[in-house]
Amino acid sequence: MSGTEKETGFTFTIDGVEIKAHAGQTVMEAADAAGVYIPRLCDHEGLRHQGSCRVCTVKAGGRSVAACTQPAAPGQAVENETPHLTKMRRDLVEMLFHEGNHLCPICEASGNCELQAMAYRLDMTEATKFPYLEPCRALDASHPDIALDTNRCISCGRCIRASQDVDGKGVFGYVGRGIHRRVAVNGENLADTDAQVSDHAMSSEVCPVGCIIRKRVGFAVPIGEREFDKGLIGHEIEEKRK
Amino acid sequence: MSELPKARIATASLAGCFGCHMAILDIDERLIELMKLVDVDRSPLTDKKRFTERCDIGIIEGGCCNEENVHVLHDFRRNCDILIALGQCAIMGGLPAMRNAIMHSDAPLRECLDEAYITGKYIRNTTHNVPNDPALPLLLDEVYPCSQVVEIDYQIPGCAPTGDVIFDTLFKLLTGKFRGFEREMIRFD
Amino acid sequence: MNNGRNGTGANGLTASSCNVAPVPQAEIAAICDRFGNDKHRMLDILYDVQDRYRSIAPATMDAIASQTDLTRIEVEGVASFYSFFSLTPKGRVTIRLCDDIVDRFCGLKDVVAAFEEVLGIKVGDTSADGAFSLETTPCIGMCDQAPAAMVNNVMLTSLTPETARAAAEALMAGQSPESLVSDRFNELSPHERAVRMVENNVRHAGAVLLGPVPEEAGLNNAVGMRPSQIINAVEESGLRGCGGAGFTTGRKWRFAASEKLDRHFVICNADEGEPGTFKDRVLLTERPHLLIEGMTIAARAVGAREGILYLRGEYVYLRELLETVLEERRRRGLLGKEILGVKGFEFDIRLQLGAGAYICGEEGALISSCEGLPGEPKTRPPFPVSRGYLGYPTVVNNVETFCHAARILGQGAKWFHAMGTEGSHGTKLFSVCGDCLNPGIYELPYGHTVWELLEMVGGADAAAVQVGGPSGTMIGRDSFHRKLTFDDLATGGAIIIFNGQRNILEIVEYYMSFFVHESCGYCTPCRVGNVFLQKAIQKFQKGLANPEDIDYLKDLSGTIIETSRCGLGMTSPNPILSTLKNFPLVYAAVSKPSKDGIRDTFDIQSAIDGARKIAKRRSYIFDKDFTQ
Repeated sequence: MSGTEKETGFTFTIDGVEIKAHAGQTVMEAADAAGVYIPRLCDHEGLRHQGSCRVCTVKAGGRSVAACTQPAAPGQAVENETPHLTKMRRDLVEMLFHEGNHLCPICEASGNCELQAMAYRLDMTEATKFPYLEPCRALDASHPDIALDTNRCISCGRCIRASQDVDGKGVFGYVGRGIHRRVAVNGENLADTDAQVSDHAMSSEVCPVGCIIRKRVGFAVPIGEREFDKGLIGHEIEEKRK
Repeated sequence: MSELPKARIATASLAGCFGCHMAILDIDERLIELMKLVDVDRSPLTDKKRFTERCDIGIIEGGCCNEENVHVLHDFRRNCDILIALGQCAIMGGLPAMRNAIMHSDAPLRECLDEAYITGKYIRNTTHNVPNDPALPLLLDEVYPCSQVVEIDYQIPGCAPTGDVIFDTLFKLLTGKFRGFEREMIRFD
Repeated sequence: MNNGRNGTGANGLTASSCNVAPVPQAEIAAICDRFGNDKHRMLDILYDVQDRYRSIAPATMDAIASQTDLTRIEVEGVASFYSFFSLTPKGRVTIRLCDDIVDRFCGLKDVVAAFEEVLGIKVGDTSADGAFSLETTPCIGMCDQAPAAMVNNVMLTSLTPETARAAAEALMAGQSPESLVSDRFNELSPHERAVRMVENNVRHAGAVLLGPVPEEAGLNNAVGMRPSQIINAVEESGLRGCGGAGFTTGRKWRFAASEKLDRHFVICNADEGEPGTFKDRVLLTERPHLLIEGMTIAARAVGAREGILYLRGEYVYLRELLETVLEERRRRGLLGKEILGVKGFEFDIRLQLGAGAYICGEEGALISSCEGLPGEPKTRPPFPVSRGYLGYPTVVNNVETFCHAARILGQGAKWFHAMGTEGSHGTKLFSVCGDCLNPGIYELPYGHTVWELLEMVGGADAAAVQVGGPSGTMIGRDSFHRKLTFDDLATGGAIIIFNGQRNILEIVEYYMSFFVHESCGYCTPCRVGNVFLQKAIQKFQKGLANPEDIDYLKDLSGTIIETSRCGLGMTSPNPILSTLKNFPLVYAAVSKPSKDGIRDTFDIQSAIDGARKIAKRRSYIFDKDFTQ
């Protein structure tokens, strides 16, 4: 934790693989740079770390921590892809599936959806034990170029941070508490805000699911030829090691 | 392998589009290989409407949107050792389950039927009635995935699952080699 | 193209906002002005706005946002987070009935019925004339005198259907909530008002807190000591945090003191929200000077000039008392510049009222709330001692902890260390409630067994004791020999006693509903997982659970505990896990294997009932008497 190691690097391990890091880096940042993929949903390159989805939970020094917010520490042994952690991550992803209405066959994000891709990566294929919560929030189609279906929102908050920090706007924010907490817009509806389809917050990379919908482009790429039809989520990070 | 007694399988299509059954046919020429391992009992493929004897495997397409679906599913659970949910509708309700999320009025089912048969923008129903023949099974309050009605042993994801994943899974289950899916084969669409 | 604030300020008042009554911008501006237009004072601003307009309407939020340099959604994020704020109009008198399990077991139902009948509205409603709102709220810290209710800023305790009816009738007749306490309310001192409304019920006074306490002995000694000496004394005493977590107080102070930033803060956590806990309420009522003395000592130890007393919204009736104490201490030179005449010893405290959120008892969430944000825990590291309130080193301690610290400085570390047991030194306040003869406050040295405590309180026929509230442990008679210490049965003070008539599953289900209500929703496992746990318990209650559901409960609890971001999620499955462990038969007795693999949870009769009515015919499959 001392500032003296700023430039002097150190190493730690993830599942026995030695990882180079420097002070101030999180476990995930160092892992990404070293080509070790740690599953994540709320974290996104270029945005502040939030540590809310908990999918990146790893074991460091015997404790469970979120890799996206946990500072890397010299000599630490971090566990990432153990059956136990994979099982818990699968539980979390499944919770998100059941919290919203994630009907892949009817969702235009299918194939580009990180939640879905994470389910693939974590082998979410067994009969569920969780109940479905089936929210029924109104669709916001007021904006000429963008629609919002918050029934598909996983509360990752990536749009909130992108709008605030990259676009300098603040189109989105969280409202409510507990299971009623959700992403809402800064006005009566989306048309009532200064949102533009060219905002970073509205870009396809920011919303990991099919909540922020850019109108008129949904099926430009057919099902079966989309991002995660081509490779497992995280493969581009893992390829750095090969 | 040919010395093994043949397994008995049955299939049913509940609240689905029959696409998963069509996908079974996408197994193509490997069907011959599969048929060496199984006899097909009750199934739309054989047009047998009742179980002739207890089955090893029951394959269910579609979730439950009406009472008949529930009845059939119960029947399958009672008559099959292993029950497989085939495709997204059987697994999580699929397309029919869209009505679960839009049903937020005080009389959701009424509203749903009205929109489907009377008030819907693109409806051409000259009788202006909701069909109500006594032979029609009653609708359920919402669409249920199979696992909420009976215990499900395995799920084959996809909408529809590919012939490859269906063949691969069945073949491995029948030969005792199933250890989960190849990740590349998992698709929910 | 602009910064969103200006953009939306203009946009926000188009379209549907036009339908809303015009917002008196000047009045809102005046309210915000009173708090320096400081966004960190958002809770205070929202309280004043709500008091004035009975709600925090969208258009008001626009006005507040522009005044405090925020976006409307940021204001809405705060307003919609706290239970005591409402975006829709509330009655001029809001009655909040405490809906804790103890109140339920003390006849809450009949009290609710009395209010509903007299006021003519149901729980959750506001009367058409805007006079009354009737609500329920989780534990308001009155479990020793349940059922209890808040009527605006007034507390009603030990309610019966008769007293409830009388109170409701008086309110209906136009009397003020204050007049329910006394017709001479205005002539009473703040302390008199508090004890008229709420009994202290001190059943056993110990040597440290509730016995005789010499005035300012600790502070007088502390001014003669160097900060490091103060910290050494607190550390040597063995004092550990009394809020529940039990972190060593001296170490906390040392960490904060070692941070070389130009501002440090001392915050008192008086957000006593753990159901069944009400010991801080008594200290705030009877030992407010000792508390502020302790905070002032902490300030000297860590070099803080600013402090915050975070008082839970449910204890609003104590605000005036505490403000008076702060004012008196300023007058006496015990707060402010040059405390006790010592040059450079400067410290003052502001009172921050919470607004109905259990999570704010969590250190990071409490700091967020003090900053005018939704009460969400902060990412750690950094820890509050290095980067806390507004990013400055901050010591957050419980009310009881500060009081202990003041006594330690007055009497010496050895004196305190000699009480209690190894690892658990000094005394502890236990707030005892539930099925016993003498509910109330017991100050005892650490180390008593549960049996000993039960005998003292007249609860020897207990079947189960919830130690430490819902986030603690529920034990049965076979564990009553266990000791009340940090190493055995740790507790923030709550001891809830249940006799053999109580339904354990009902208690567990209530506690899960509490955690669902109080989860901040930031992280997935706590937000979603607790809902699933509650639904699973309901399955057991209905007799629809399978033996495998017991494994499911354990498994899901494990995931929630291990992946949650803060202490709420890490402890919320405890009611389930501790009862599974200590009362396994309760679960086994109501679970049975499903027949033929068919799920009992799916109820075909209720699933087809709607269709049966629409089709006006019966089911030819599932109705046995189908004849048509």
